[in-house]
Amino acid sequence: MSASIKTLVKDGLWDNNVVFAQMLALCPSMAVTTSGTNGLGMGLATTAVLAASNILISLIRGVVSPQVRIPVFIILIAGLVTLVDMALDAWLHELYKVLGIFIALIVVNCAILGRAEAFASRNGVWASCVDGLAMGLGFTFALTLIGLIREFLGSGTLFAQAPQLLGAGFAFLEIRLHERGGALLMILPPGAFAVLGFLLAGKRLLDARRQAGQKSRQKTSDAEESAAPVDTR
Amino acid sequence: MSVADYRAVRTFASPHAHGGGEIRRTMRRVQLALTPATLFGFWLYGWPAFLLWLITLLSVLVFEFMSLRLAGEKDAGRILGDGSALLTGWLLAMTLPPWSPWWVGTLGAFIAIVIGKQVFGGLGQNVFNPAMVARVALLISFPLQLTAWVAPLPLASLAAPGFIEGLRITLGQIPLLDAMTSASLLGFAKTELSRGVGLAQALAAGHAPQLSWLGVRAGSLGESSALLILAGGVFLLATGVIRWQAPVGVLAGTLVPAIIAHAFAPEAYLDAGSHLLSGALLLGAFFIATDYVTSPVTDLGKLVFGLGVGLTTWVIRSLGGYPEGVAFAILFMNALTPIIDHCVKPRVLGRTWSGRPVSLAAPPDARGGSRHGA
Repeated sequence: MSASIKTLVKDGLWDNNVVFAQMLALCPSMAVTTSGTNGLGMGLATTAVLAASNILISLIRGVVSPQVRIPVFIILIAGLVTLVDMALDAWLHELYKVLGIFIALIVVNCAILGRAEAFASRNGVWASCVDGLAMGLGFTFALTLIGLIREFLGSGTLFAQAPQLLGAGFAFLEIRLHERGGALLMILPPGAFAVLGFLLAGKRLLDARRQAGQKSRQKTSDAEESAAPVDTR
Repeated sequence: MSVADYRAVRTFASPHAHGGGEIRRTMRRVQLALTPATLFGFWLYGWPAFLLWLITLLSVLVFEFMSLRLAGEKDAGRILGDGSALLTGWLLAMTLPPWSPWWVGTLGAFIAIVIGKQVFGGLGQNVFNPAMVARVALLISFPLQLTAWVAPLPLASLAAPGFIEGLRITLGQIPLLDAMTSASLLGFAKTELSRGVGLAQALAAGHAPQLSWLGVRAGSLGESSALLILAGGVFLLATGVIRWQAPVGVLAGTLVPAIIAHAFAPEAYLDAGSHLLSGALLLGAFFIATDYVTSPVTDLGKLVFGLGVGLTTWVIRSLGGYPEGVAFAILFMNALTPIIDHCVKPRVLGRTWSGRPVSLAAPPDARGGSRHGA
């Protein structure tokens, strides 16, 4: 069980990352990642919805017939999103104003319905919860990373307005790197595509390196094993 | 059938000889055609212009080399020698404000080569003209730096910066003073129009076409001298590097609507001469709209492409928010190039325009061939 949870977490955060591997939910990944704070806020909101929807859908998976499952899932998710929407409006109004329509659009975030279909409707509550959290955090990681890079290149700050999202205690996160401003293009949509493209290329490069490293290590260990009996003889 | 029908399916039998054309030679000819205007620009805007050009070209070579190595190319040096990257950098440098700081050139080179070209798979694979991609990306990213056109200070004149001072300008240590910059004609006209001043009044003082022909005015290297750019274009036409369809299309696409609009409302629309001699219209028409990679293959397609570029340029200049639109227009038509190529096709060999097979009945003087065809 613990091994499978480990793979679930690893899948969600890296190997099967919503943005970097599944290439899902690209609409919010492009649109709201103009700063690290926005990316983080959107990611956390999505994580909350994703974990809750995974748990609920896993609970009702026995009673919903396959013919009506999609509308049922969507209504569940829409209900959860409305809750998150209202909660943000009430407590994190600044962030709510920035994220705007994209909070409501979490309903049609394909990553959430995707996890409901592919995982929660086929697995137990505990595993679904872990999967929802891992996928959500992976999504948050991706959005925050894209947001930070765009923010850094586009306006020369990191985590601007972080205190509004996380409370005054997190004011130390807010870093102003230089006063000159930056390349406006990185804040505009083309910047999002360029950053995502380079990040995807980077991930593939890393994965290819890692795979090659594992193979060569396996080869050397194989060679050692086959060589060892000869030595003892 | 008639002789004409028979000729319609005639091809040349092998052996075929190689025409001797290669990428390197074509690129060298284009660079040669750019040289007079570039040298004149160096003289006009002094050392900073030369240093920016040099830095842009060096950066382009470095980025091209790095990209090729990263893509696993063993013989990156040989590919680098084809001169295509160099030409991209050269064209980019010609569209930048001559006194820009060095990082504008280097960043532009990165955008052109890595994002505009190598990401798509290198030479011949890119959808958009790399120099124009970089130019537009820079313009949108740094509107301030990219519109600081310096008034010409010819090298020999007293006020011109010396080499060391030029180096400091390019390194960004000396901020460009507002007094040294001046609006380009198109920018000036746009500002005056938006203030509600009619063109006749606005341009009465400053507009001198003969100076535009010579190129003594604020602008980039590529718009310095209309005459020298035109000469380069004619050289390319004469040596067969480019065909006439695209340049003629671009010029007609801009000038025809300009003449018509100016005739009806001279206060609101610039005259054709100003359109022709200002901005990057000539450079775009002869050097950029004729890019083999990003423009249509057929002659008719090239004409359609050129007309589209010209018309879009005129629309952006006259009705849009930006004073200059050649780069945007070229990118826009680059995106339409696959559609143009799809719609404008040459006749399939052995078929009529409507697609029916051409009858292979021999002409009277070559009866023997008819049996094969039937």
